[in-house]
Amino acid sequence: MSLEPETLKTLVRAAAQQVIASTAELTALDQAIGDGDHGVNMKRGFEAVLGKLDTIGALPPDEALKTIGKTLVMTVGGASGPLYGSFFMAAGDALSQSRRLPDDLAEIFACGVGAVSARGRSQPGEKTMLDVLFPVLETLRAAVGNPDLIERVRMTATEATARTAPMQATKGRASFLGQRSIGHVDPGARSSCVLLHAVCDTLEARQ
Amino acid sequence: MNDMVGIVIVSHSQDIAKGTADMVRQMVGSEVKVAFCGGNSDGGLGTSVPLIIEAINQAWSPKGVAILVDLGGAETNSEMAVEMLQPEQRDLVVVCNAPIVEGAVMAATEAAGGSSLEQVRAVAEELSAA
Repeated sequence: MSLEPETLKTLVRAAAQQVIASTAELTALDQAIGDGDHGVNMKRGFEAVLGKLDTIGALPPDEALKTIGKTLVMTVGGASGPLYGSFFMAAGDALSQSRRLPDDLAEIFACGVGAVSARGRSQPGEKTMLDVLFPVLETLRAAVGNPDLIERVRMTATEATARTAPMQATKGRASFLGQRSIGHVDPGARSSCVLLHAVCDTLEARQ
Repeated sequence: MNDMVGIVIVSHSQDIAKGTADMVRQMVGSEVKVAFCGGNSDGGLGTSVPLIIEAINQAWSPKGVAILVDLGGAETNSEMAVEMLQPEQRDLVVVCNAPIVEGAVMAATEAAGGSSLEQVRAVAEELSAA
């Protein structure tokens, strides 16, 4: 997997379109355990990213990731802006330093996940997007270079998202609900799954 | 005249942010710089990093700025806004772990006496310790 400008643009476009197409679903999930704005916030952020697609596509990959992150930070309007924004900015920073794609994919992803964890002062098990991002990181570490990597990432994301339903939230707005947060999939976990699936589907279609 | 720590109020609601700033001005007076922001860029409930940065600059003082926030996203977005400031500004801005209305009034009262940023923050945060 190389990160040619056209590949990057196709990936970003697919991810943004899938998030935008999931607005109603994310809203419904967030109405159950949050304040109901996750779908609309993510839509606003990724529409802004789509609006900059030509600029992003013309940048080197590290700068492209940082621009995506900064755009999300400046436009999303909820906590998910800094969280997803920090992921992309930290991944871009990792790429600016000594990390290279595709060999260092897992470590670059790890830098992004670490930034989300630090920004949210959160750990896996608290019913957040980290409950998808950490298992996917483990899969990347275990399976980079394997021919079935894409399928394994997709399956990990799906299963990890479903596993947030029985969890009780201890971070974010959903934590106000205590035990009543149990039984609902976490909206941030679901939006992470949507993004990861969009990337997997796009990469698979190009193979 | 000594500089005073500036106060920024960040709420999900423009009405709450403005109302809190009005209360601070009425109770503490207008010598402390108070800036506020609330709502997202579409005018709905939420918080916005660029608006928070703008408010920090409006309330800017060489002694620093203390931010008071309401719910989770306001805190996360405020911390993000602080990180996006110039390095020389960044160390002079704190996000207080305090209730927004009481914290803003207490912080502004302390700031009006010419206290340091750390003192202003400590007085606001005493409210959360109880």
